[in-house]
Amino acid sequence: MAPPSSRRSGFSKKAQYSLFTGYLLAGAGALLGLGLLALSLWQPSAFAPLRGAATDVVAPAGKVTAATRSGSQGFVASIAGYFSAGTQNAELRREMEIARIRLAEADAVKAENRRLKGLLGLSDGDTKPVAVARLIGSTATSGRRHAYISAGAGDGVQPGMPVVSERGVIGRVLETGRNSARVLLLTDSESVLPVRRAKDNIIAFAEGRGDGLLRIRLVNLGVNPLKVGDLMVTSGAGGYYRPGVAVAVIAKITPDGGIAQLIAEPGATNFVAVEPIAQAAAVEALKAEEQPGGKPAASASATSSPSSAVLETAD
Amino acid sequence: MERLDPRARSDIYGSRINRAPSPLRANSVPYVTIMLGSVLPVLLIADLMPLMPSLGFLMLLAWRMVRPGLLPLWAGAPLGAFDDLVSGQPFGSAILLWSLAMIAIEMIETRFPWRGFWQDWFTASTIGIVYWLVSLLVSGASLTPEMLLVALPQALLSVLLYPIIARLVAGLDRFRLARARKLN
Repeated sequence: MAPPSSRRSGFSKKAQYSLFTGYLLAGAGALLGLGLLALSLWQPSAFAPLRGAATDVVAPAGKVTAATRSGSQGFVASIAGYFSAGTQNAELRREMEIARIRLAEADAVKAENRRLKGLLGLSDGDTKPVAVARLIGSTATSGRRHAYISAGAGDGVQPGMPVVSERGVIGRVLETGRNSARVLLLTDSESVLPVRRAKDNIIAFAEGRGDGLLRIRLVNLGVNPLKVGDLMVTSGAGGYYRPGVAVAVIAKITPDGGIAQLIAEPGATNFVAVEPIAQAAAVEALKAEEQPGGKPAASASATSSPSSAVLETAD
Repeated sequence: MERLDPRARSDIYGSRINRAPSPLRANSVPYVTIMLGSVLPVLLIADLMPLMPSLGFLMLLAWRMVRPGLLPLWAGAPLGAFDDLVSGQPFGSAILLWSLAMIAIEMIETRFPWRGFWQDWFTASTIGIVYWLVSLLVSGASLTPEMLLVALPQALLSVLLYPIIARLVAGLDRFRLARARKLN
Protein backbone atom coordinates (compact mmCIF):
# COMPACT_ATOMS: atom_id res chain seq x y z
CA MET A 1 0.00 0.00 0.00
CA ALA A 2 1.34 3.41 -0.90
CA PRO A 3 1.07 6.21 1.62
CA PRO A 4 -1.93 8.51 1.11
CA SER A 5 -1.28 11.13 -1.58
CA SER A 6 -2.13 13.93 0.84
CA ARG A 7 1.24 13.34 2.46
CA ARG A 8 3.23 13.93 -0.71
CA SER A 9 4.08 17.60 -0.68
CA GLY A 10 4.71 18.17 -4.39
CA PHE A 11 4.96 21.86 -5.26
CA SER A 12 2.54 23.08 -2.60
CA LYS A 13 4.44 25.37 -0.25
CA LYS A 14 1.87 24.77 2.49
CA ALA A 15 2.26 20.99 2.30
CA GLN A 16 6.03 21.30 2.26
CA TYR A 17 5.98 23.51 5.34
CA SER A 18 3.63 21.20 7.26
CA LEU A 19 5.79 18.19 6.42
CA PHE A 20 8.87 20.09 7.55
CA THR A 21 7.12 21.16 10.77
CA GLY A 22 6.21 17.55 11.46
CA TYR A 23 9.83 16.48 11.21
CA LEU A 24 10.89 19.47 13.32
CA LEU A 25 8.39 18.66 16.08
CA ALA A 26 9.29 14.96 16.07
CA GLY A 27 13.00 15.80 16.25
CA ALA A 28 12.31 18.24 19.09
CA GLY A 29 10.32 15.52 20.87
CA ALA A 30 13.24 13.11 20.55
CA LEU A 31 15.69 15.71 21.88
CA LEU A 32 13.35 16.52 24.77
CA GLY A 33 13.16 12.80 25.54
CA LEU A 34 16.97 12.54 25.48
CA GLY A 35 17.23 15.44 27.92
CA LEU A 36 14.60 14.05 30.26
CA LEU A 37 16.18 10.59 30.09
CA ALA A 38 19.58 11.99 31.06
CA LEU A 39 17.96 13.94 33.88
CA SER A 40 16.07 10.94 35.25
CA LEU A 41 19.13 8.66 35.02
CA TRP A 42 21.09 11.29 36.95
CA GLN A 43 18.34 12.07 39.48
CA PRO A 44 16.06 8.98 39.60
CA SER A 45 13.54 10.63 41.92
CA ALA A 46 13.10 13.79 39.80
CA PHE A 47 9.79 12.66 38.30
CA ALA A 48 8.44 10.81 41.33
CA PRO A 49 5.43 13.14 41.86
CA LEU A 50 4.33 12.76 38.21
CA ARG A 51 4.66 8.99 38.35
CA GLY A 52 2.87 8.90 41.69
CA ALA A 53 -0.09 10.75 40.23
CA ALA A 54 -0.23 8.36 37.26
CA THR A 55 -0.12 5.31 39.52
CA ASP A 56 -2.89 6.77 41.68
CA VAL A 57 -5.09 6.81 38.58
CA VAL A 58 -4.25 3.19 37.68
CA ALA A 59 -4.56 1.95 41.28
CA PRO A 60 -8.35 1.28 41.34
CA ALA A 61 -8.09 -0.99 38.30
CA GLY A 62 -5.15 -2.72 39.97
CA LYS A 63 -7.21 -3.41 43.07
CA VAL A 64 -9.87 -5.12 40.98
CA THR A 65 -7.34 -7.34 39.18
CA ALA A 66 -5.61 -8.10 42.47
CA ALA A 67 -8.89 -9.32 43.95
CA THR A 68 -9.56 -11.39 40.82
CA ARG A 69 -6.06 -12.82 40.91
CA SER A 70 -6.36 -13.98 44.51
CA GLY A 71 -9.81 -15.40 43.76
CA SER A 72 -8.65 -17.34 40.71
CA GLN A 73 -5.58 -18.64 42.56
CA GLY A 74 -7.88 -20.09 45.22
CA PHE A 75 -10.15 -21.59 42.55
CA VAL A 76 -7.34 -23.35 40.69
CA ALA A 77 -5.81 -24.51 43.96
CA SER A 78 -9.07 -26.02 45.14
CA ILE A 79 -9.53 -27.96 41.89
CA ALA A 80 -5.95 -29.20 42.00
CA GLY A 81 -6.53 -30.14 45.63
CA TYR A 82 -9.13 -32.79 44.66
CA PHE A 83 -6.64 -34.61 42.47
CA SER A 84 -3.89 -34.84 45.03
CA ALA A 85 -5.96 -35.12 48.21
CA GLY A 86 -4.91 -38.64 49.25
CA THR A 87 -1.16 -38.39 48.92
CA GLN A 88 -1.27 -34.88 50.27
CA ASN A 89 -3.12 -36.04 53.35
CA ALA A 90 -0.47 -38.59 54.25
CA GLU A 91 2.29 -36.15 53.55
CA LEU A 92 0.65 -33.42 55.63
CA ARG A 93 0.30 -35.80 58.55
CA ARG A 94 3.99 -36.59 58.41
CA GLU A 95 4.89 -32.92 58.08
CA MET A 96 2.67 -32.12 61.02
CA GLU A 97 4.62 -34.52 63.21
CA ILE A 98 7.85 -32.82 62.27
CA ALA A 99 6.33 -29.40 62.73
CA ARG A 100 5.25 -30.33 66.26
CA ILE A 101 8.80 -31.26 67.10
CA ARG A 102 10.14 -28.07 65.60
CA LEU A 103 7.54 -26.07 67.48
CA ALA A 104 8.71 -27.57 70.73
CA GLU A 105 12.28 -26.68 69.81
CA ALA A 106 11.20 -23.16 68.96
CA ASP A 107 9.50 -22.85 72.32
CA ALA A 108 12.74 -23.75 73.98
CA VAL A 109 14.62 -21.22 71.90
CA LYS A 110 12.01 -18.58 72.67
CA ALA A 111 12.33 -19.21 76.38
CA GLU A 112 16.08 -18.93 76.15
CA ASN A 113 15.72 -15.78 74.09
CA ARG A 114 13.48 -14.19 76.67
CA ARG A 115 15.95 -15.02 79.40
CA LEU A 116 18.91 -13.59 77.46
CA LYS A 117 17.02 -10.49 76.44
CA GLY A 118 15.99 -10.00 80.01
CA LEU A 119 19.65 -10.10 80.91
CA LEU A 120 20.39 -7.49 78.25
CA GLY A 121 17.47 -5.34 79.32
CA LEU A 122 16.03 -5.10 75.83
CA SER A 123 12.34 -4.83 75.23
CA ASP A 124 10.87 -6.93 72.42
CA GLY A 125 8.60 -4.27 70.96
CA ASP A 126 6.37 -5.53 68.18
CA THR A 127 6.65 -3.43 65.04
CA LYS A 128 3.23 -2.21 64.09
CA PRO A 129 2.80 -1.95 60.30
CA VAL A 130 2.20 1.52 58.89
CA ALA A 131 -0.27 0.16 56.39
CA VAL A 132 -1.53 -3.12 55.00
CA ALA A 133 -2.00 -3.04 51.25
CA ARG A 134 -2.56 -5.16 48.18
CA LEU A 135 0.05 -5.69 45.50
CA ILE A 136 -1.78 -4.10 42.59
CA GLY A 137 0.69 -4.23 39.73
CA SER A 138 4.23 -4.29 38.51
CA THR A 139 6.42 -3.11 35.68
CA ALA A 140 5.85 -6.19 33.53
CA THR A 141 7.34 -4.73 30.33
CA SER A 142 10.49 -3.25 31.79
CA GLY A 143 13.82 -4.80 32.77
CA ARG A 144 13.41 -3.23 36.20
CA ARG A 145 11.47 -5.13 38.86
CA HIS A 146 9.18 -2.64 40.56
CA ALA A 147 5.77 -3.33 42.03
CA TYR A 148 2.88 -1.08 42.97
CA ILE A 149 0.97 -1.31 46.24
CA SER A 150 -2.39 0.18 47.11
CA ALA A 151 -1.23 2.40 49.97
CA GLY A 152 0.56 5.71 49.64
CA ALA A 153 1.51 8.91 51.36
CA GLY A 154 -2.11 9.31 52.49
CA ASP A 155 -1.71 6.16 54.61
CA GLY A 156 1.61 7.29 56.05
CA VAL A 157 3.83 5.36 53.65
CA GLN A 158 7.17 7.04 53.00
CA PRO A 159 10.08 6.23 50.69
CA GLY A 160 12.54 3.80 52.30
CA MET A 161 10.00 1.84 54.33
CA PRO A 162 10.37 -1.95 54.12
CA VAL A 163 7.53 -3.98 52.59
CA VAL A 164 7.04 -7.48 53.95
CA SER A 165 4.52 -10.26 53.43
CA GLU A 166 3.62 -12.93 55.93
CA ARG A 167 6.46 -15.06 54.54
CA GLY A 168 9.27 -12.53 54.36
CA VAL A 169 10.74 -9.43 52.78
CA ILE A 170 9.21 -8.22 49.50
CA GLY A 171 11.15 -5.00 48.96
CA ARG A 172 11.42 -1.36 49.85
CA VAL A 173 9.25 1.67 49.02
CA LEU A 174 10.86 3.84 46.34
CA GLU A 175 8.29 6.50 45.59
CA THR A 176 4.86 7.31 46.95
CA GLY A 177 1.73 8.73 45.41
CA ARG A 178 -1.32 9.77 47.39
CA ASN A 179 -2.86 6.29 47.60
CA SER A 180 -0.32 4.10 45.84
CA ALA A 181 3.40 3.53 46.12
CA ARG A 182 6.17 2.06 44.02
CA VAL A 183 8.18 -0.74 45.60
CA LEU A 184 11.67 -1.85 44.61
CA LEU A 185 11.49 -5.65 44.66
CA LEU A 186 14.41 -7.70 45.96
CA THR A 187 14.88 -9.25 42.52
CA ASP A 188 15.65 -5.91 40.87
CA SER A 189 19.27 -5.74 39.82
CA GLU A 190 19.73 -2.49 41.76
CA SER A 191 18.49 -3.89 45.06
CA VAL A 192 21.04 -4.64 47.78
CA LEU A 193 20.01 -5.96 51.18
CA PRO A 194 22.25 -6.74 54.16
CA VAL A 195 21.50 -10.29 55.39
CA ARG A 196 22.87 -12.87 57.77
CA ARG A 197 22.53 -16.62 58.05
CA ALA A 198 19.62 -17.43 60.36
CA LYS A 199 21.43 -19.90 62.59
CA ASP A 200 24.63 -17.93 63.13
CA ASN A 201 26.03 -14.51 62.36
CA ILE A 202 27.62 -14.94 58.94
CA ILE A 203 26.82 -11.63 57.29
CA ALA A 204 26.45 -11.03 53.59
CA PHE A 205 24.78 -8.83 51.00
CA ALA A 206 21.83 -10.12 48.98
CA GLU A 207 21.84 -8.51 45.55
CA GLY A 208 19.09 -8.92 42.97
CA ARG A 209 20.26 -10.38 39.67
CA GLY A 210 17.33 -9.23 37.58
CA ASP A 211 16.27 -12.81 36.81
CA GLY A 212 14.34 -13.72 39.95
CA LEU A 213 17.31 -14.99 41.96
CA LEU A 214 19.49 -13.27 44.54
CA ARG A 215 23.25 -13.33 44.63
CA ILE A 216 24.52 -13.71 48.21
CA ARG A 217 27.95 -12.15 48.59
CA LEU A 218 29.76 -12.80 51.84
CA VAL A 219 31.37 -9.86 53.59
CA ASN A 220 34.21 -11.93 55.03
CA LEU A 221 35.83 -13.91 52.24
CA GLY A 222 37.68 -17.13 52.95
CA VAL A 223 36.32 -20.65 53.19
CA ASN A 224 32.70 -20.41 52.09
CA PRO A 225 30.63 -21.61 55.06
CA LEU A 226 27.28 -21.51 53.23
CA LYS A 227 25.37 -24.68 52.40
CA VAL A 228 22.47 -25.35 50.08
CA GLY A 229 19.26 -24.88 52.04
CA ASP A 230 20.60 -22.26 54.45
CA LEU A 231 18.06 -19.60 55.37
CA MET A 232 19.17 -15.99 55.08
CA VAL A 233 17.38 -13.33 57.18
CA THR A 234 17.74 -9.57 57.37
CA SER A 235 20.60 -8.49 59.58
CA GLY A 236 19.19 -5.07 60.36
CA ALA A 237 22.33 -3.37 59.10
CA GLY A 238 21.69 -0.04 57.48
CA GLY A 239 18.67 0.60 59.66
CA TYR A 240 15.91 0.11 57.10
CA TYR A 241 14.77 -3.42 57.98
CA ARG A 242 14.20 -4.87 61.42
CA PRO A 243 16.53 -7.83 61.94
CA GLY A 244 15.42 -11.43 61.58
CA VAL A 245 12.92 -11.29 58.70
CA ALA A 246 13.25 -14.19 56.25
CA VAL A 247 14.71 -13.24 52.86
CA ALA A 248 15.94 -16.20 50.82
CA VAL A 249 17.14 -19.80 50.80
CA ILE A 250 20.50 -20.72 49.31
CA ALA A 251 20.04 -22.81 46.17
CA LYS A 252 23.57 -22.95 44.78
CA ILE A 253 27.04 -22.28 46.15
CA THR A 254 29.46 -19.96 44.38
CA PRO A 255 33.08 -19.12 45.35
CA ASP A 256 32.10 -15.83 47.01
CA GLY A 257 28.77 -16.85 48.50
CA GLY A 258 25.78 -18.34 46.79
CA ILE A 259 22.73 -17.99 44.62
CA ALA A 260 19.52 -17.85 46.62
CA GLN A 261 15.82 -18.18 45.92
CA LEU A 262 13.24 -15.79 47.33
CA ILE A 263 11.04 -16.92 50.19
CA ALA A 264 8.30 -14.32 49.67
CA GLU A 265 7.49 -14.30 45.98
CA PRO A 266 5.44 -11.23 45.11
CA GLY A 267 3.56 -13.12 42.41
CA ALA A 268 2.08 -15.45 45.03
CA THR A 269 1.35 -12.67 47.52
CA ASN A 270 -1.90 -10.78 47.92
CA PHE A 271 -1.45 -8.62 50.98
CA VAL A 272 1.72 -6.96 52.15
CA ALA A 273 2.52 -4.86 55.20
CA VAL A 274 4.48 -1.64 55.02
CA GLU A 275 6.60 -1.35 58.14
CA PRO A 276 8.22 1.76 59.56
CA ILE A 277 11.94 2.19 59.02
CA ALA A 278 13.52 0.17 61.82
CA GLN A 279 16.16 2.70 62.88
CA ALA A 280 14.80 5.93 61.43
CA ALA A 281 17.25 8.11 63.37
CA ALA A 282 20.26 6.15 62.12
CA VAL A 283 19.03 6.30 58.52
CA GLU A 284 18.57 10.06 58.78
CA ALA A 285 22.06 10.46 60.19
CA LEU A 286 23.53 8.36 57.38
CA LYS A 287 21.65 10.36 54.76
CA ALA A 288 22.91 13.64 56.19
CA GLU A 289 26.41 12.20 56.09
CA GLU A 290 26.07 11.02 52.51
CA GLN A 291 24.54 14.20 51.14
CA PRO A 292 27.76 16.30 50.90
CA GLY A 293 29.46 13.41 49.11
CA GLY A 294 27.12 13.95 46.17
CA LYS A 295 25.50 10.51 46.30
CA PRO A 296 21.77 10.83 45.54
CA ALA A 297 19.75 10.03 48.64
CA ALA A 298 17.11 8.11 46.72
CA SER A 299 19.56 5.71 45.13
CA ALA A 300 18.05 2.29 44.68
CA SER A 301 20.37 0.28 46.90
CA ALA A 302 19.37 -0.16 50.52
CA THR A 303 22.79 0.26 52.02
CA SER A 304 25.63 -0.60 49.77
CA SER A 305 28.26 1.41 51.57
CA PRO A 306 30.19 -0.91 53.88
CA SER A 307 30.72 1.88 56.41
CA SER A 308 27.01 2.03 57.22
CA ALA A 309 26.87 -1.76 57.59
CA VAL A 310 29.72 -1.68 60.07
CA LEU A 311 28.12 1.20 61.91
CA GLU A 312 24.90 -0.68 62.41
CA THR A 313 26.27 -4.09 63.28
CA ALA A 314 28.42 -2.53 65.97
CA ASP A 315 25.57 -2.20 68.46
CA MET B 1 -34.40 -2.59 -1.67
CA GLU B 2 -33.72 -3.67 1.93
CA ARG B 3 -36.10 -6.58 1.46
CA LEU B 4 -34.01 -7.93 -1.41
CA ASP B 5 -30.68 -7.40 0.28
CA PRO B 6 -30.49 -6.11 3.86
CA ARG B 7 -26.94 -4.91 3.31
CA ALA B 8 -27.65 -3.02 0.13
CA ARG B 9 -27.35 0.43 1.66
CA SER B 10 -24.59 -0.36 4.10
CA ASP B 11 -20.92 -1.26 4.08
CA ILE B 12 -18.49 -2.50 6.74
CA TYR B 13 -18.86 0.83 8.53
CA GLY B 14 -22.66 0.53 8.81
CA SER B 15 -25.57 2.10 7.03
CA ARG B 16 -24.65 4.70 4.42
CA ILE B 17 -27.86 6.64 4.63
CA ASN B 18 -28.42 9.24 7.32
CA ARG B 19 -25.33 8.20 9.27
CA ALA B 20 -21.84 9.62 9.72
CA PRO B 21 -18.80 8.57 11.73
CA SER B 22 -18.52 10.24 15.11
CA PRO B 23 -15.61 12.70 15.01
CA LEU B 24 -14.81 12.13 18.67
CA ARG B 25 -14.43 8.42 18.13
CA ALA B 26 -12.53 8.83 14.87
CA ASN B 27 -9.94 11.04 16.53
CA SER B 28 -9.60 9.45 19.95
CA VAL B 29 -9.52 5.69 19.35
CA PRO B 30 -5.85 5.42 18.26
CA TYR B 31 -4.57 7.42 21.21
CA VAL B 32 -6.83 5.74 23.76
CA THR B 33 -5.90 2.23 22.59
CA ILE B 34 -2.17 2.98 22.62
CA MET B 35 -2.47 4.37 26.16
CA LEU B 36 -4.48 1.32 27.21
CA GLY B 37 -1.69 -0.81 25.76
CA SER B 38 0.73 1.04 28.05
CA VAL B 39 -1.42 0.55 31.15
CA LEU B 40 -2.58 -3.07 30.74
CA PRO B 41 0.78 -4.80 31.44
CA VAL B 42 1.04 -2.84 34.72
CA LEU B 43 -1.79 -4.94 36.11
CA LEU B 44 0.26 -8.15 35.80
CA ILE B 45 2.53 -9.12 38.69
CA ALA B 46 5.94 -9.75 37.17
CA ASP B 47 8.26 -10.52 40.07
CA LEU B 48 10.88 -12.67 38.36
CA MET B 49 11.26 -11.38 34.84
CA PRO B 50 9.61 -9.12 32.29
CA LEU B 51 6.48 -10.90 31.07
CA MET B 52 5.59 -9.16 27.85
CA PRO B 53 6.93 -6.64 25.35
CA SER B 54 5.77 -3.05 25.64
CA LEU B 55 2.20 -3.41 24.41
CA GLY B 56 1.82 0.35 24.01
CA PHE B 57 4.80 0.48 21.65
CA LEU B 58 3.48 -2.45 19.61
CA MET B 59 0.11 -0.67 19.34
CA LEU B 60 1.87 2.50 18.19
CA LEU B 61 3.80 0.56 15.53
CA ALA B 62 0.65 -1.22 14.38
CA TRP B 63 -1.41 2.00 14.11
CA ARG B 64 1.42 3.65 12.23
CA MET B 65 1.79 0.71 9.82
CA VAL B 66 -1.86 -0.18 9.32
CA ARG B 67 -3.05 3.43 9.01
CA PRO B 68 -0.17 5.54 7.68
CA GLY B 69 -0.80 9.26 8.02
CA LEU B 70 -3.30 8.96 10.87
CA LEU B 71 -0.87 9.63 13.71
CA PRO B 72 1.15 12.82 13.24
CA LEU B 73 4.90 12.43 13.10
CA TRP B 74 5.35 13.93 16.56
CA ALA B 75 2.79 11.65 18.27
CA GLY B 76 5.59 9.50 19.72
CA ALA B 77 6.59 12.14 22.26
CA PRO B 78 3.30 12.65 24.18
CA LEU B 79 2.33 8.98 24.01
CA GLY B 80 5.82 7.99 25.11
CA ALA B 81 5.58 10.41 28.04
CA PHE B 82 2.44 8.62 29.21
CA ASP B 83 4.12 5.22 28.80
CA ASP B 84 7.10 6.38 30.87
CA LEU B 85 4.82 7.31 33.75
CA VAL B 86 3.63 3.73 34.21
CA SER B 87 6.22 1.47 32.58
CA GLY B 88 8.96 1.68 35.22
CA GLN B 89 11.56 2.88 32.74
CA PRO B 90 13.32 6.16 33.55
CA PHE B 91 11.17 9.12 32.49
CA GLY B 92 12.20 10.20 29.00
CA SER B 93 13.25 6.85 27.55
CA ALA B 94 9.98 6.19 25.73
CA ILE B 95 9.68 9.86 24.68
CA LEU B 96 13.05 9.51 22.96
CA LEU B 97 12.62 6.00 21.55
CA TRP B 98 9.01 6.37 20.37
CA SER B 99 9.87 9.66 18.61
CA LEU B 100 12.86 8.05 16.94
CA ALA B 101 10.73 5.06 15.89
CA MET B 102 8.13 7.38 14.28
CA ILE B 103 10.86 9.24 12.38
CA ALA B 104 12.47 5.96 11.29
CA ILE B 105 9.17 4.58 9.95
CA GLU B 106 8.51 7.85 8.12
CA MET B 107 11.92 7.65 6.43
CA ILE B 108 11.48 3.99 5.53
CA GLU B 109 8.09 4.84 4.05
CA THR B 110 9.52 7.66 1.95
CA ARG B 111 12.22 5.34 0.68
CA PHE B 112 9.90 2.38 -0.06
CA PRO B 113 6.43 3.85 -0.70
CA TRP B 114 4.84 0.59 -1.86
CA ARG B 115 4.75 -1.62 1.17
CA GLY B 116 3.07 -4.93 1.94
CA PHE B 117 2.30 -6.92 5.05
CA TRP B 118 5.60 -8.81 5.05
CA GLN B 119 7.67 -5.67 4.76
CA ASP B 120 5.61 -4.05 7.52
CA TRP B 121 6.20 -7.06 9.74
CA PHE B 122 9.93 -6.96 8.99
CA THR B 123 10.12 -3.23 9.77
CA ALA B 124 8.08 -3.58 12.96
CA SER B 125 10.19 -6.55 14.14
CA THR B 126 13.46 -4.77 13.50
CA ILE B 127 12.28 -1.65 15.30
CA GLY B 128 10.77 -3.76 18.08
CA ILE B 129 14.02 -5.65 18.72
CA VAL B 130 16.14 -2.49 18.64
CA TYR B 131 13.64 -0.87 21.04
CA TRP B 132 13.82 -3.90 23.35
CA LEU B 133 17.61 -3.81 23.52
CA VAL B 134 17.93 -0.04 23.92
CA SER B 135 15.23 0.16 26.58
CA LEU B 136 17.09 -2.55 28.55
CA LEU B 137 20.28 -0.53 28.23
CA VAL B 138 18.71 2.70 29.49
CA SER B 139 16.56 1.04 32.20
CA GLY B 140 18.73 2.58 34.93
CA ALA B 141 20.16 -0.75 36.04
CA SER B 142 23.48 -2.12 34.86
CA LEU B 143 22.78 -4.82 32.29
CA THR B 144 23.75 -8.28 33.51
CA PRO B 145 23.88 -11.42 31.32
CA GLU B 146 21.07 -12.89 33.46
CA MET B 147 18.84 -9.89 32.79
CA LEU B 148 19.43 -10.22 29.06
CA LEU B 149 18.65 -13.93 29.18
CA VAL B 150 15.33 -13.57 30.97
CA ALA B 151 14.34 -10.69 28.69
CA LEU B 152 14.87 -12.74 25.51
CA PRO B 153 11.27 -14.04 25.42
CA GLN B 154 10.21 -10.39 25.36
CA ALA B 155 12.09 -9.84 22.08
CA LEU B 156 10.63 -13.00 20.56
CA LEU B 157 7.11 -12.03 21.63
CA SER B 158 7.43 -8.54 20.20
CA VAL B 159 8.18 -10.11 16.81
CA LEU B 160 5.43 -12.73 17.01
CA LEU B 161 2.74 -10.44 18.40
CA TYR B 162 2.90 -7.88 15.58
CA PRO B 163 0.56 -9.67 13.11
CA ILE B 164 -2.02 -10.25 15.85
CA ILE B 165 -1.87 -6.66 16.99
CA ALA B 166 -2.05 -5.43 13.40
CA ARG B 167 -5.29 -7.42 12.99
CA LEU B 168 -6.55 -6.00 16.27
CA VAL B 169 -5.77 -2.49 15.09
CA ALA B 170 -7.55 -3.14 11.79
CA GLY B 171 -10.62 -4.14 13.80
CA LEU B 172 -10.28 -1.07 16.00
CA ASP B 173 -10.01 1.03 12.85
CA ARG B 174 -13.37 -0.31 11.64
CA PHE B 175 -14.80 0.58 15.05
CA ARG B 176 -13.22 4.01 14.78
CA LEU B 177 -14.85 4.79 11.46
CA ALA B 178 -18.19 3.11 12.14
CA ARG B 179 -21.10 5.42 11.29
CA ALA B 180 -22.38 5.99 14.78
CA ARG B 181 -23.71 9.55 14.46
CA LYS B 182 -27.25 10.08 13.18
CA LEU B 183 -27.76 12.96 10.77
CA ASN B 184 -30.99 14.91 10.98
